[in-house]
Amino acid sequence: MSLQFLADGLLAGLLIGLGAIGVTLTYAMLRFANFAHGEMMSFGAYVAWSASFLLSALAGTAWPAMGPFSITAAVLLGGLAAMILTAGLALLLDRLLFRHLAGRGEAITLVIASFGASMALRSLIEFAFSSSPLYFSSDLQIAVRLGMGIRVTPDQLALIGLTLCLLLAIHLLVTRTQAGRAMRAVAENPTLAAVVGLDVRRVVGLTWVMGGALAAAAGTMAGILVQIRPNMGFDFLLPLFSAAILGGIGSIPGAILGGIVIGLAEAACVQFVGAEWRAAVAFLILVLLLLLRPRGFFGEAA
Amino acid sequence: MSEAILSYGSFFLTTALAYAILCLGLNLQWGKTGLFNVGVAGFVGVGAYVSAILTTPWSSAHLGGFGLFWPLGWLAGAAATALMSLLVGALTLRLRQDYLAITTFGFAVAIQLVLLNLQPLTGGPFGIGFIPRPFESLADRPLLFGLGNLAIVATLVLVLYLALQNLSRSPWGRVLRAIREDETAALALGKNAARYRLQAFALGGGLMGLGGAIQAHFTGFIAPNNYLPNLTFQVWTMLIIGGSGSNRGAILGALFVWALWAATGGAITAFVPAELQARASALQIAAIGLGLCLVLLLRPGGLFGLRRHAARG
Repeated sequence: MSLQFLADGLLAGLLIGLGAIGVTLTYAMLRFANFAHGEMMSFGAYVAWSASFLLSALAGTAWPAMGPFSITAAVLLGGLAAMILTAGLALLLDRLLFRHLAGRGEAITLVIASFGASMALRSLIEFAFSSSPLYFSSDLQIAVRLGMGIRVTPDQLALIGLTLCLLLAIHLLVTRTQAGRAMRAVAENPTLAAVVGLDVRRVVGLTWVMGGALAAAAGTMAGILVQIRPNMGFDFLLPLFSAAILGGIGSIPGAILGGIVIGLAEAACVQFVGAEWRAAVAFLILVLLLLLRPRGFFGEAA
Repeated sequence: MSEAILSYGSFFLTTALAYAILCLGLNLQWGKTGLFNVGVAGFVGVGAYVSAILTTPWSSAHLGGFGLFWPLGWLAGAAATALMSLLVGALTLRLRQDYLAITTFGFAVAIQLVLLNLQPLTGGPFGIGFIPRPFESLADRPLLFGLGNLAIVATLVLVLYLALQNLSRSPWGRVLRAIREDETAALALGKNAARYRLQAFALGGGLMGLGGAIQAHFTGFIAPNNYLPNLTFQVWTMLIIGGSGSNRGAILGALFVWALWAATGGAITAFVPAELQARASALQIAAIGLGLCLVLLLRPGGLFGLRRHAARG
């Protein structure tokens, strides 16, 4: 039996986990499932692609690939631009839409609004870029054998490394800084956090920035790994939600762990059952979870 | 010429009224009970496929050959979807309310995959054709055919509207309203909130299944791509713009949004060069999404609701 699914699933799972961090934090703070979060991933991927395309155009020539990787410095810079702009998009959505509706105290209206925003964003992306897929690079990657039937491309290794760096940065941010601690406090109990004098609105804004930036990073990496499509983020939505619930709403390590579980399960399904059923895996895990342990691995009892 | 306009008019109204049935189902779940279903497309698809499989002639491409009379197919489609809703509801309604949104969303994704991949049952990506249409024998006389279809669907919408109005004034409807407005008070009065919710969810799902079956029998052909999340979104937009909580709003919202949709779609076909049409259609969806957000922000009671009635859960 080949263990290839472990390598594919781990990377896919880390990307799901990166995206799920934003979902789980805004869910915990604002009590709503943001259906537009997937579109932040797509938006990020398209920004990164456009920026790296522009950088190449400015340089007048394609940027050289770095070592064995297909990823160029232009793509990395593009990813950085994507994180910044997507954080801005998240803030903008909050300012224009979610904040007003949240003020009315009806959280579920936020979900409908996020549903509308998701459709609008996805269609605007399709309007701007058409529905044909885009690629960061057309280079072929030669896979390296790791033994036990596992083969990985240099890009996959680079992306796993980049993701681990990002996770370390988040870990330091939420455990070592005042802002990070405030974020965790608000995610755990918004009312109590307000009582002890935390500026909840500022913390929520910071969370949108972080969630948006991480979604953009995940979207860009998914784009490097496979391709960029207007629907790519929407297709991630169910895995994101499942990962967030699996890990327990409001828990960052839970989101990552949940993402890895979903990623591994999806990759196992592709390898052993068939790629056509992959999209159902997240739903099946979600249903099992709701039946057995609705509060997730790390969640508090509801 | 005027005959062409009339037959287009009846075709337009028939399509819009089929959407109105979906909206009435969603209104029962969301507007009347506060249950947030984001998997409308899945429920519609189940109703359509069940009815299509039961009524089509034998085919090697999918399960079928039962050749039932179409009204029986519609009934079976509605019943099967109601049962499905009962299962989904039983799983999720006892949990935090927003989990319902995520689970129904996943349910619709799973249903779409089943329709696409279980080829022996559903015909796979090629879908199911030769679905018997009411008044099939009149198919070569478009005007009569169109008016016949319209008469059926209009009568159904009227009957459903009156029944739902009655239902919301009945003791059952009053308990539903009480649960939606103040669950604790309803529980204190000894009402089993979970059971009422489940009933409303199943009944609403059944209406969606019926609407799906009706759509299938008017077009005569269905495929998995008809049941993508866009459909869910369309029905939601119709209900919110029409005014959730009001059955009249649900029907008017369906007519209004479908009219906008058809008009902008027609304008795109007529005025936009062929190579840009896909992009223009994307813009059409974006505009509807924007419209939904604007109505939520500016007029949460919808455009046609009887009174200001903020959507709530």
